[in-house]
Amino acid sequence: MKWENWVGLLGLALISVGHYQGLFVAPPEAMMGDVGRILYAHVPTAWVALVVYLVAFVAAVGSLGSGKRGWDALVESAVEVGVVLNLLLLFQGAVWAKPTWGVFWTWDPRLTTTAIMAVSFIGVLVLRAMLNRPAQRAVASAVYTIFAFVSVPVVYFSVKWWKTLHQPFSSPETVDSPMVTPLRVAAFGMLFLAVFLMARRWRLAYAKLSREDEAPDLPPAAAAIRLEGGGA
Amino acid sequence: MSDSTSTAPPAGLTAKQRRTFLVGSVLVALLALGGIASVDMSDNLVYFWEPRELYAAGDDAYGAQIRLGGLVKEGTLNWDEGAQELKMVVTDGQAEVTVHATGAPPQMLREGIGVVVEGTMTREGVFKTDRLMVKHSNEYRAPQEGVETKELYKTVEGME
Repeated sequence: MKWENWVGLLGLALISVGHYQGLFVAPPEAMMGDVGRILYAHVPTAWVALVVYLVAFVAAVGSLGSGKRGWDALVESAVEVGVVLNLLLLFQGAVWAKPTWGVFWTWDPRLTTTAIMAVSFIGVLVLRAMLNRPAQRAVASAVYTIFAFVSVPVVYFSVKWWKTLHQPFSSPETVDSPMVTPLRVAAFGMLFLAVFLMARRWRLAYAKLSREDEAPDLPPAAAAIRLEGGGA
Repeated sequence: MSDSTSTAPPAGLTAKQRRTFLVGSVLVALLALGGIASVDMSDNLVYFWEPRELYAAGDDAYGAQIRLGGLVKEGTLNWDEGAQELKMVVTDGQAEVTVHATGAPPQMLREGIGVVVEGTMTREGVFKTDRLMVKHSNEYRAPQEGVETKELYKTVEGME
């Protein structure tokens, strides 16, 4: 079995343990009751989304620095996994916000910057889909990933820099100890799951980029159209 | 990751050009981040006003759709179930504003908690809102001994 499959299984196991503890062992939250248990899903998703975007940034630097296809494939893989986590994060946040804050959405700085972050990185994927010259695509998407990454520290510090409805940073001091363990276990589970997804996605991207090099005159999109018999 | 022998195809950029892009884009990103972090945007980028800021804004505060944030002053929360109207005083410790909200409030609402309300300040000195949001702090606590879990779900009907 490929190494990442073991990591993925470990991730699933930790997520199961973490959420079992979070749902059945940890106490309800004093003000939010059982609704507060979404903490164990939302906070790990947020942490891991930012870490995955950091991987995308490192990959973009590596891609521009080396020109190697492996780094370019990692840009594609990390940005895509990051966007999935980012959208999941916004959805979980809305589900949590409605019963506690009273609204699904508000233009709070933390929420707004998180939405901007999602749109920025979706832009990387759109850009990659638009360009079919491999070298041009690698450089353009790496440069754009570095720009998009500016949103990551802004999201992180948004609760410190501006007045928000969203709660500021939590720390082990602000979270009661029976809640800290499930949170940590679930966070490592999400991290391992994200590593698994990135590794699988990297293999796919790398294989696709390698095929392109073998037939540089035949862009994948054109080949697909020819095969399907479509196109004008 | 770097097991590939292929660098950029012939049509690609030279290593020097790529590195120029690398240094250039990292510099632009750092400048942008530095700008966002250091420029004081508290005047024109603010999610809500606290009561003292609302009064400091003078005439600008009246009639416009604004957000007001603060704590629900102890002993001022009053929910009229028949009229579906909630009255409370929102304070920032220095100034306070009377708020009239319509519609059922979120169940987390209680005295002493942070709220953000969206609405308008009237000349009569009452802030009218139909969008009341309750702020949760960054503290996650287990219920105190003896508190029934069911108590945590009590709705506004149970509020005195």
